[in-house]
Amino acid sequence: MIRRRTALLSAAAATFAGSARAEKKYGPGVTDTEIKIGQTMPYSGNASAYGVAGRLHAAYFRMLNETQGGINGRKINFISLDDGYSPPKTMELTRQLVERDQVLLMFYPLGTQTNTAIHKYMNQKKVPHLFLATGASKWGDPKNFPWTMGWQPDYHTECKIFAKHIVANHKDAKIAILRQNDDMGNDYLSGFKEGLGAGWEKMIVADATYEVTDPTVDSQILQLKNSGATLFMNITTPKFSAQSIKKVAEIGWKPVHYLVSVGASVGAVMRPAGIENAQGIITAQFAKDVTDPRWANAPDYLEWKAFMDKWNPTANQLEGSNVSSYISVHGLVHVLKACGDDLTRENIMRQAANIKDLEIPLLLPGIKVNTSPTNFYPIRAEQLARFEGDHWTLFGDLISADAG
Amino acid sequence: MARSWATKPHIGLWAIGFWVVLAALPLIGFVSDSPSFDYYLFMGQSMLIYAIAVLGLNLLIGFNGQISLGHSAFFAVGAYAAAILMVHASVPYWLAIPLAGIVCFGAGFLFGFPALKLEGHYLALATFTLAIAVPQLLKHKSIAGWTGGVGGVLLDKPDPPSFLPLSVDQFLYYVCLIVAMALFWIVFNLLRGRSGRAMMAIRDHAMAAGTMGIDTALYKTMTFGVSAAITGMAGALSAITVAYVAPDSFTLQLSISFLVGLVVGGIASLPGCLIGGAFIVLVQNSSQSISDWMKDAFSLRYDVPAWAIYGTLLLLLMFFLPNGLAGGIAAIRGLLSRVTQKT
Amino acid sequence: MEFFIQQIVAGLTNGAIYACVALGLVMIYVSTDHINFAQGEMAMFATFLAWAMIDAGVPYWVAFGLTIMVAFFGGLFIQRVILKPLENAPVLALVVCFIALLSIFNAIAGMIWSFTIKQFPSPFPSRDLFGNGLVSAQQLGVVAVTLVMLGLLTVFFRYTTLGLAMRAAAQNASSARLMGVRVSWMLALGWGLASGIGAIAGMLVAPIVFLDPNMMAGILVYGFAGALVGGIANPLGAVAGGFIVGVLENIVGSYVIGNELKLSFALVMVIGVLLLKPAGLFGRVIVRRV
Repeated sequence: MIRRRTALLSAAAATFAGSARAEKKYGPGVTDTEIKIGQTMPYSGNASAYGVAGRLHAAYFRMLNETQGGINGRKINFISLDDGYSPPKTMELTRQLVERDQVLLMFYPLGTQTNTAIHKYMNQKKVPHLFLATGASKWGDPKNFPWTMGWQPDYHTECKIFAKHIVANHKDAKIAILRQNDDMGNDYLSGFKEGLGAGWEKMIVADATYEVTDPTVDSQILQLKNSGATLFMNITTPKFSAQSIKKVAEIGWKPVHYLVSVGASVGAVMRPAGIENAQGIITAQFAKDVTDPRWANAPDYLEWKAFMDKWNPTANQLEGSNVSSYISVHGLVHVLKACGDDLTRENIMRQAANIKDLEIPLLLPGIKVNTSPTNFYPIRAEQLARFEGDHWTLFGDLISADAG
Repeated sequence: MARSWATKPHIGLWAIGFWVVLAALPLIGFVSDSPSFDYYLFMGQSMLIYAIAVLGLNLLIGFNGQISLGHSAFFAVGAYAAAILMVHASVPYWLAIPLAGIVCFGAGFLFGFPALKLEGHYLALATFTLAIAVPQLLKHKSIAGWTGGVGGVLLDKPDPPSFLPLSVDQFLYYVCLIVAMALFWIVFNLLRGRSGRAMMAIRDHAMAAGTMGIDTALYKTMTFGVSAAITGMAGALSAITVAYVAPDSFTLQLSISFLVGLVVGGIASLPGCLIGGAFIVLVQNSSQSISDWMKDAFSLRYDVPAWAIYGTLLLLLMFFLPNGLAGGIAAIRGLLSRVTQKT
Repeated sequence: MEFFIQQIVAGLTNGAIYACVALGLVMIYVSTDHINFAQGEMAMFATFLAWAMIDAGVPYWVAFGLTIMVAFFGGLFIQRVILKPLENAPVLALVVCFIALLSIFNAIAGMIWSFTIKQFPSPFPSRDLFGNGLVSAQQLGVVAVTLVMLGLLTVFFRYTTLGLAMRAAAQNASSARLMGVRVSWMLALGWGLASGIGAIAGMLVAPIVFLDPNMMAGILVYGFAGALVGGIANPLGAVAGGFIVGVLENIVGSYVIGNELKLSFALVMVIGVLLLKPAGLFGRVIVRRV
C-alpha cells in the first residue's frame, strides 16, 4: 500500500539526504492526515504496574494531536493493546496490529518474554520494532535483526557498570546478591558477572532469588547477611527494594549497598523504606528522578509536570515509568519528524539508526541519544549516584559501557 | 440436559456440516486479497486451541463433576513437552503433539490420585495452588537446560509439506483443526459409551455409582489423565503456532480464562467448548473497546480494567445463564420448538 | 545456629501474617462451608480504603474502626446479594463466583490506586525490640493482635449462643432451621465477620510488606496452606498452621530446596495435608452420613 505522489512540496520539514525534491512516500498505516502506530502493554495481570507507560504515551500523542495537529500535519493514531504480559497474546495482538490494522511500526512494546515472542516475526515482516521497553541486551543486533531496536540502557550494561565500579573501589568485597527470579534478574546477573571478570566466583558469596508473589524477602536478606558478605548488590523491583532496604537496616547489617536503577525511585522506594535507611546507597541513573528535590526547578521537570497535570492527571507521578516513557516518546517523535514525508518503514529504520546527539527532556545532563547502522543501543550512558540526605547525588563521570 | 444433544437425530449431520465449514474457511485465502487473512487464520488457530483446552477442562468438570483451577499447569506441561521434543530431540511436530499428550496424561493421572480424596472446594484449592506453583517451577535452574529457564524456548514453525499449496498459516490452521476434530470425536464417542456413562454417573451421584459397581477411583483418575492430556495437546499446538514458550505464558490468569470459556460456552456441552474457545479469544481482544466504550458512556475517570469486566461477566453468567451460551441456545430452541408445536 | 534461630524468628513473623489471613478463611469455612478465594483481595481492598481515609486526614484509629465496619457490611452485602441466590448451586458455580470476585477486587484496586507501593502507617512504635533487628515491634504487634482475635473468636464460637447458632447453620442448615436459627443471616454474619477479620489482617500486614494491589496474592497461598495444615475448621488450628507454614517455608527455603521452589513446597504441603490428614493437625474428622 505504498502510494507515491510526486509533488514538489518544498514546505516539508528537512528531508534526509538533502534531496531537493520532497517525495511523499508512505508505508502502511500512513495517509496525508494520519500515522498509525501500534503497541502492546500489560494493562492487566501481574505486570500491570508497567501499563503506566502506555497510558502516558496515549496522553502524549493526544496532546500532540490537539495542540500541534500531530507530526508534520499528520495526527497520530496510537493503538495500544493489552497483552497481559503473556507472549502468545502479544503474538496475536502484534499480528492483529501489523496485518489487520496495518500499523506503520510497533513502538515500545513491553516485556522481555513478550518481545522475544515477536522478535523473529517483526523482522520477517520487515516492520520497525522500535524502542523496546525492556532492559534485555539482545535487542541491539542490527546484523541479524535489522528491524529491532532497543532503547534504555540495558540491564546487562548497567550491572557491568556497577561491577566495574566495585572492582575499582571494593576489590576485596564479598558480594551478596538479591535478585528477582525472572529475565530482568538474570540479565542483571550476567552483566554483573561479566563486569567482575574472571574472579567473580570468588567474589560472589551468596545469591538469593525471590518471586514477585513472595510476601517478603526477609528470609533472603537474613541468608545474605549470614553469608558474611560485605557488599550487597540489590537487584529488585520497587516493592522489594523498599522491603530489602528496610530489612537490611533493621537487622543492623551495613554492607556497601548497590541498587539497580529500576528500584531506585525516591518517592516510590526510598521514602517508604525510610530515608535514614537509604543513606549511602549507590545506583546508576540515566534519567532524572522526578521525586528528587534537586530537580524541582529544572525547566524540563516543570514541562513534564505541566504535561502530567493537564494531560495525564490520573497517573501516579511517583512512578518511574512516567519518566522513562516520557523520554522514549520524545525519541519516537524525533524519528517521525526526521522522516518528513518519506514515511516508509525503511526510512523509519534509517532515521532511527541515524540519531546524533539528541537531547531529550528528563535525561540526565550530558546524556544524549546516539545510534548508527552498527549501534542499535540508543542510550548507553549512565551516571552513578549516591543517596545523601533526601536525594541522589550524582558523582563521577558519565559511564558509557560498550554495547552488550 | 447434558446428553440431549447427543441423542438428537441428525446430530451427526450438524456436526459434520459444522466441521466442513471450518475446514473450508482457509480456502477463502486463495480468492481473497486481504492482507489480514493470515491474521484471521492465526486467530482461528487460537480459537481452536482454546476450544481444545476447554474441552479437556469440560471433560473433568462438566462430565465428571470434579473441579480444576489448575489446567494452565497441564497446558504448560504440554507446551513445554512439545517444545523440548521439537528443539532438543528434533521430533517432528506431528509426533510431538501426541507425545505431549501422553506426557500430560501421565501428569494428570498422577495428580488424579491425590485428587481422589479431595472434593469440591478442597480440590479447587489444591488445583489453585498448582496453577500458582507451576510458573516458578518452570523457571528452576535444574531444568533450565531444557526449558530455557526464564527465557523460554524459541521454536521454528513447521513448514507445510511441499505437495500442499498452502501458506504456513493455512497449514497450521489445518493442523489445529485436525487435532480438534480428532479430539472432539474421541470425546464424543467416549461420552456415548460405557466410560462416559460411568463418568457422568460419578458426577451425578458418586456414592450410588460406587454401589452400582463402577470403579470410581479408576474412572476419576483416568478422567483427570485424559482431561490433562487434551489440554496438554492444546498447549503443544500453542507452542507450535506461537513458536515460543515461556513461563509467563502459563499463569493463574490462563486457568481462569479456561474457566471463563467453559462457563460461557456451557458446562457439559461439547459445542459449548467451541463457543468458549472463540469467546476467550474474541472477548480478550475486545475488552479494550468495551473498556473505552464504558469510559465514554459513563464518563468514567479511569479505564475500566479488563479483569473487572471478565469478573463481572462471570458473575452475571452464574446468575442468569448458568448453562452458558450453549445452554442459552438450547433453551431458546426448546422454547421455539414448544411455540411451533403449539401452532 | 544463630542463623537458624533468625530464620525461625523470621518464619514466625511471616507466619503471623499467614495466621491472620488464615483466621479469615477459617471464619468463612466454619460459617458457610466454603473456601473463599477472594479473601485476600477483599482484605487488600479494605486496606486501600483505610489508606485512602488516612491519606485524606482521618486519624489512624478512626480509619481503622471505620474500615472494619465498612468491610463488615461489605461482606454482609456480598453474601446477601451475590452468594445467597446461589445457595443451592453446585460447588463450581460458587468457586467461579469467588474467582470472579478475586479478579474484580484486584482490578478495581489497581485502577483506582495504581500499582505503586504505598506506605501504610503502623499503630506500633517502630522501635526494634531486642536490639538485633530480628523482631520489630510491628511484627510482634501482628502476632499479638492475631492471638487476641483468635481468643475472641474461640470464645465467640464456643461460649456464645450466636456463635453456636452460626456453627449449627454451617454444619446442618436444615436442622438449624428447625431449631429456630435464621440460617441465611448466619451465613451473612459469617461473611461480615470474615471480611472484618480480613481487613484487620490487611491493615496489620501492609506496614510490613507495603501496600499494593498484589500484596495479598502470594500471601493467600500460604494462608491457605496454613489453614489446611492446622485445620480449616478450627481457628486455633489455623493460627498454629499459619505459624508452622511460615517457619517451614523459611527453613526449607534456606536450607533444603532453595528459594526457587518455595511455591512448589507450598503445593506439596497443601496436597500432603489434604491427603494425609485433611482435618489438619488440630482439626476433628467430620464423618458425613449418607
